[in-house]
Amino acid sequence: MKATDNQIKNLERVEKKTTGIRPVRWLREKTRRVPALGWLLGALTATIIESSVGLPLARAFGLWSVPGLFGLRFIFTSPASIPSAVIYVLVVYIIPALIVAVSTAGITNRAAAFMQDKLPVPINVIIHAALLYATLHVWGSITDYRVLLLSFIFISIMLTLSLNLVNGYMGEFSCSHPGFMSIGAYAASIMTVLFFVNDDVFGAHILSPVLGPFIFPIILIVGGFITSIGALAVAIPSFRTRGDYLAIISLAFTFIVKSLLENLEIIGGPRGFMNQPKYASLPVIFVWMVLCIWTIYNFTRSTLGKASCAVRDNETGADAMTINTRRTKMITFLFAAFWAGVAGGLFAHVMGYINPATFGVLKLSEVLAMVYLGGLNSVLGSIAGAIGLQFLLELLRPLAMLKWIVIPVLLIIVMIRRPTGLIAFTEIKVEDILKPRN
Amino acid sequence: MPLLEVKNLTIYFGGLRAVHNYNVTFEPGQVRGLIGPNGAGKTTTFNMITGIHRPTSGEIIFEGQNIVGMMPHDIASMGIARTFQNMRLWRHMTVMEHIKLAMYSKIEYGLIGAFFGTPKRHKQETEFDEKAYHFLKLLNVDRYTNQVVTGLPYGVQRRVEMARALAIVPKILLLDEPTAGMNPEEMLDMVEVIRQIKDELKLTIFLIEHRMRVVMDLCEIIQTLDFGEIIAEGTPDEIRNNERVIEAYLGKEVEV
Ligand SMILES: Nc1ncnc2c1ncn2[C@@H]1O[C@H](COP(=O)(O)OP(=O)(O)OP(=O)(O)O)[C@@H](O)[C@H]1O
Ligand SMILES: [Mg+2]
Repeated sequence: MKATDNQIKNLERVEKKTTGIRPVRWLREKTRRVPALGWLLGALTATIIESSVGLPLARAFGLWSVPGLFGLRFIFTSPASIPSAVIYVLVVYIIPALIVAVSTAGITNRAAAFMQDKLPVPINVIIHAALLYATLHVWGSITDYRVLLLSFIFISIMLTLSLNLVNGYMGEFSCSHPGFMSIGAYAASIMTVLFFVNDDVFGAHILSPVLGPFIFPIILIVGGFITSIGALAVAIPSFRTRGDYLAIISLAFTFIVKSLLENLEIIGGPRGFMNQPKYASLPVIFVWMVLCIWTIYNFTRSTLGKASCAVRDNETGADAMTINTRRTKMITFLFAAFWAGVAGGLFAHVMGYINPATFGVLKLSEVLAMVYLGGLNSVLGSIAGAIGLQFLLELLRPLAMLKWIVIPVLLIIVMIRRPTGLIAFTEIKVEDILKPRN
Repeated sequence: MPLLEVKNLTIYFGGLRAVHNYNVTFEPGQVRGLIGPNGAGKTTTFNMITGIHRPTSGEIIFEGQNIVGMMPHDIASMGIARTFQNMRLWRHMTVMEHIKLAMYSKIEYGLIGAFFGTPKRHKQETEFDEKAYHFLKLLNVDRYTNQVVTGLPYGVQRRVEMARALAIVPKILLLDEPTAGMNPEEMLDMVEVIRQIKDELKLTIFLIEHRMRVVMDLCEIIQTLDFGEIIAEGTPDEIRNNERVIEAYLGKEVEV
């Protein structure tokens, strides 16, 4: 122990001489030893600081209010405020988070080691997730805008992961996700409005509205299953024969579902469907997102799930190695559809309003961009892609439709440099993320 | 009862008769060879036995059951494993994953296990890990366990493919030119590996091979195909001296 410490110190001394940027080195050394738990603690502290003294600090730095999104949106709206925003971010987020994370590293490492050794992995994950949620909750408590943004990010993560199952893990190209999402959204909406709302079309509520939030999970699951059944309309014709039919059939599917919804007057036709109770609060969506990530992570790591990667890489080879290729494709595709449906159901109950136009080509490009930006065949990539693109969309919002020129160009650049996306084909075990770092 | 009995197998690709009236019978533990010039119909014969191509006519009886028309994965699960002339590995998967995926038909934890990571699943995956490691050791590729197959040396890839086929725990193993594209050193290694499998696992083996020395070394009985028809069948010595075989292989002899 002593010897290695000394060795490290010697090494540091040598490296310092050569590089000469001592504070940066020092900080890098220190931060490398902070476990995930420590970073969460740091982030939570920063958000607590912001929620208690954020506004006066922002005013002191010459800002009108707390910057909603780290000042990112000033880039197009008021560039003059950028320096103030940078100072704000440093003082409120970065410095406090760093101080807490680094100074508590001893304790958090011990705690992480304890949790790793003594607790089952799911419990360990739940504790970390709870801490992450607490941080995001405090961060979101400043403005409704942040809550809405977080809600959309969570839903996007679910959609992106689900599409990655098909486009990445299965290696097919599917365009059906807006269709799936709308089936889930409408199915769940019809159920909640029918059961729990006094509605002009669907009549008085059947069950007591008090029960609503408790039945809502069941409704989402049912909506997910209905979406899976709908997905059979794509799966059966596409997987019957070998070949690239999925792309075209799934695109047709999205358009057919959309025009079907536009022509069903009972659910509002093109005007849309409203009156959904807003059951999808931030914690509710967060829990569903964690469940989605967890099941997809588990699935893609199991031999049963990996079979779809084998089918992708060589179908004949997979078939000859006892893998039921059709069943494998079906399972993966319907599983993906299920989560897209649940995401749709959540989406409807965030907004309290949906219309068919939401689930069109624009939505499709958005999700595809998230998948391909983040990286095929990677859970982490999809999470990063969804967060990254959602931030980018917010950042470029002032450009209006022009952003749909910027984003494709960006996507093309990524595709040229890294054809499978930024974090493709990388698997990281949660155990490795949560482990102590000393 | 013979393990595998193929009767009057014929297949047409459009107007082309790729294999005609092919017959073979395997007793358990037998090692047979199938040779013939390029395009003779050797791979096509394998493809029919393993269910990739459906024969135009004929019967394939495996352990008393006609398997014509069955899906390849079902045939494989019954115990007919094969390797491919062009390997057909999964380019993004690690060596370990290859072996474990060949145990697909033995998965018992179901979808619930796959989605939620139940203890039952962890138990079975750990079992798979151990079994897979056994096969990797057997073929001496265990030091590549967690490497992605793409980029491994050619000879290693061939052995990984062989390990993958063995992981099915087959009753008969079909090898389609296992030494194709190998240098002499890799070839000798491969011959040793096949001999080892034959001796240790007492496997029934059906071998397609262009290199005479390999077939002559390993096989008890050799069939020669030419234009989809058997032109000769016999022991290595008989085949070596058969007029028609020499004729069909004229020029090929150089490679020996
Ligand atoms: N799927 C197919 N469709 C049409 N023709 C085919 C198909 N597969 C094989 N053939 C034809 O059948 C004949 C036999 O091919 P096969 O691959 O069985 O030969 P082979 O004996 O394995 O030769 P090689 O030594 O080159 O591997 C060839 O003429 C080939 O072109
Ligand atoms: Mg061949």
